[in-house]
Amino acid sequence: MTQPLHGFLRDAPLFPPRASEMARDIDFLFFSTLGVLIFFSTLIASLIFYFMVRYHRRSPNQVGRQPQGNTMLLETAWIIVPLILTLAIFTWGAQIYFAAARPPAGAMQFYVVGKQWMWKIEHPSGKREINELHVPRGQAVKLRMTSEDVIHSFYVPAMRVKADVIPGKYTMLWFKPDTVGTYHLFCSQYCGAEHSHMVGRVVVMEPTDYELFIAGAGGTGGTSSVASGEELFVTKSCNTCHRPDTTARAPMLWGLFGKTVAFHDGRTTVADEAYIRESILNPAAKVVSGYQPIMPTYRGQLSEEEIIQLIRYIQSLKPNAVDGQVR
Amino acid sequence: MSTQTEFVIPVEEAPEPGDHYLNHTFGLASWLLTKDHKRIAILYLISISFFFVLGGLMAVLIRLELTTPEGDLVQPDIYNRLFTMHGVLMIFFFLIPAIPGVLGNFLIPLMIGAKDLAFPKINLLSWYIYVIGGLFTFYALVSGGVDTGWTFYAPLSTTFTSTHVMAVALGIFIAGFSSILTGLNFVVTIHRMRAPGMTWSRLPLFVWAHYATSIIQILGTPVIAITILLLAAERLFHVGIFDPKVGGDPVLFQHFFWFYSHPAVYIMILPSMGVVSELIAAFARKKVFGYHFVAFSSIAIAVLGFLVWAHHMFVAGISVYAAAVFSVLSMLVAIPSAIKVFNWTTTLYKGSISWETPMLYALGFIGLFTIGGLTGVMLATLGIDLHVHDTYFIVAHFHYIMVGGAIMGYMGGLHYWWPKITGKLYPKFWSTVSALIIFVGFNVTFFPQFILGYLGMPRRYHTYPAEFQVLNVMSSAGATVLGLGYLIPAIYLIWSMRYGKDASDNPWGAVGLEWETSSPPPVENFETPPVVTWEAYEYHESTAMHSLAPSSRGSYRVG
Repeated sequence: MTQPLHGFLRDAPLFPPRASEMARDIDFLFFSTLGVLIFFSTLIASLIFYFMVRYHRRSPNQVGRQPQGNTMLLETAWIIVPLILTLAIFTWGAQIYFAAARPPAGAMQFYVVGKQWMWKIEHPSGKREINELHVPRGQAVKLRMTSEDVIHSFYVPAMRVKADVIPGKYTMLWFKPDTVGTYHLFCSQYCGAEHSHMVGRVVVMEPTDYELFIAGAGGTGGTSSVASGEELFVTKSCNTCHRPDTTARAPMLWGLFGKTVAFHDGRTTVADEAYIRESILNPAAKVVSGYQPIMPTYRGQLSEEEIIQLIRYIQSLKPNAVDGQVR
Repeated sequence: MSTQTEFVIPVEEAPEPGDHYLNHTFGLASWLLTKDHKRIAILYLISISFFFVLGGLMAVLIRLELTTPEGDLVQPDIYNRLFTMHGVLMIFFFLIPAIPGVLGNFLIPLMIGAKDLAFPKINLLSWYIYVIGGLFTFYALVSGGVDTGWTFYAPLSTTFTSTHVMAVALGIFIAGFSSILTGLNFVVTIHRMRAPGMTWSRLPLFVWAHYATSIIQILGTPVIAITILLLAAERLFHVGIFDPKVGGDPVLFQHFFWFYSHPAVYIMILPSMGVVSELIAAFARKKVFGYHFVAFSSIAIAVLGFLVWAHHMFVAGISVYAAAVFSVLSMLVAIPSAIKVFNWTTTLYKGSISWETPMLYALGFIGLFTIGGLTGVMLATLGIDLHVHDTYFIVAHFHYIMVGGAIMGYMGGLHYWWPKITGKLYPKFWSTVSALIIFVGFNVTFFPQFILGYLGMPRRYHTYPAEFQVLNVMSSAGATVLGLGYLIPAIYLIWSMRYGKDASDNPWGAVGLEWETSSPPPVENFETPPVVTWEAYEYHESTAMHSLAPSSRGSYRVG
């Protein structure tokens, strides 16, 4: 008796695997609100069944009896109680959502490009994979994601999180896996014919195994993306203007990443991935103070992966890499 | 009967059934050119049933495909067209026009004591516009369909797909005008055509619900029309609006789309809530508890419904603060919904409850809507949405609202007013059995989908991992039962039109102006224009006996 039942439950689990602290938090919230749902559904259903039987019409001419007294108290009660409950649930849910929007400092930065119908993933080391994401256990992982074509969504049920992957912008997803294992990776935003085949695996490994994996021959992409970015920087002639000297016609890129940049119209922004991407595709949108808007757009000339390679190259440019000429 | 008048039009045998809207004139032209709101309601009934069957057939194929993890019944691009057209047909051509088009059209003038709607010709025009929109969509369907999902998300819909986006979008665009005109007609009718004494606080709650619905139809539908025009501008003329490759923003489309399409959910459910209020009162023989709360909660839902659209975009990279605002506003919708559920349930207390078929649907509605609504609260909770967004959890949730709510209410209403509409009774045994089959089949179909969603199965998947199969097979089995449940009423209702027993004017012993006139009603609705001196749902021992007597029409008054 127990054997087939056991087999059935193994083949058709009722609980998805859980592989992060946040997954536990989200499950706790999920089942707590489910408890509220069960309580009220049962209450309403029981009352309906009880009244149906207790007040079943006994003679054809019988009519209902109107309630006596003040009913305002009852009306107020069933406005106030749901209001308090839903606001409490809201607060709890918002806390988790805010945490999910703020990756911890020191998270490993991965890049993800979605395209019909595959996931292209790049490790911090520059190693690349398709439809597979290997991550070390116990280390927060931050994915910076964009799409080459339509909207996709990066969803790892075991981590209980997802984020849409949207063309034209970078979105972010982070999780901190705490259990070694292989988990589903789904595209959860409908993206065309092969949507249901845009799936893969997230493999959580012991950190030492991850080191071996990164050093090993698995995955694709021989050259690191910083090297590819440097190559692009030359072939697209970025280097003719963006030179590491003070006489350049274009802003200094060495040491730029993460700094605050001032524009000619007085605005400022922190130089992050989104800013660099915008500056490549739409240079006139934000012109650095002291420079002329002479840069041509590279819209349509670079794939999202190439843009990421350029970003990673620019990230790698340290101020001290140039011989003493940086301000 | 005392209804005979001397100037009977020269039709053959008038004496036995009397002259009513169905036999007053004959021939196809008398139907296609009718300005009678009751006949237009019948036209809607026929056309929405057609689209319901069509959309239902697609659901059958979807559930059949999903019985196995592999994609072995249809190709992926066919599967994608199936769920897209299922959504488009069910939402725009069945759920939105269903209750307003059929029951609203038939009953609003009767309930407020009017001869017709304020603009009978515009009412007929609404139906023609709807049919033209439907034909466009039908053309798109037979010529290959569309595969973007009913949500038409850009840039998939504007740049990437090669299917018939524009034909379907044009169909929806056209049908939208039908919806706007119906809403306008109802608002003007409810304001201007009420019988003497029919004050706002005496209006049946069905009318209140339609008033709230009409507000959404008038204010919301133009936005989807504009969105479709923008979509067309990008798809046909490559104007950069949504596709970032030409300088657009794909998330902007979602804002536009949901600004209409979320309130549209309330266009589908509010009329059903109105029906349930009528059914609970009639079959508990009691005034609805907290009448004013139930009436104003409809308006509250209509207003709040416009302020929650971005809860469809919690994982679409919107700002966390915007998400928090939309989450808390979405929670607020739970309050008027809870008001309705608690008031309906309390109405049953000390009622005189009969277990007639319409009442079974109404009680089913309350239970299923409660589950659908509370899972809506779960989805509005930001932390939970991160996990279950775009999974089968949301599929189950909105089917609990749309099928368990809107269609249950529609079926209940159709059964309640069928004797008034056709003048015929249907078999009680079969109607009871089919109501129970539908309730069971519905739950077996959609409850497993909540679990599938929690497990992480994304929606719109043609193939899926093997561990999801058991629950998918359960869901498909339930869908078979549900389909059978819908088939039985289709048979006995059509059967009853010819073979059913004649209905009395007030077969349920209910109060309400629609029960004061004959079944089916005369062309002019009432022999003498009614004057209302009583509150809504006033049941007394004397009136119950009174209403049950078949020939008491016209003399009914409550002190």
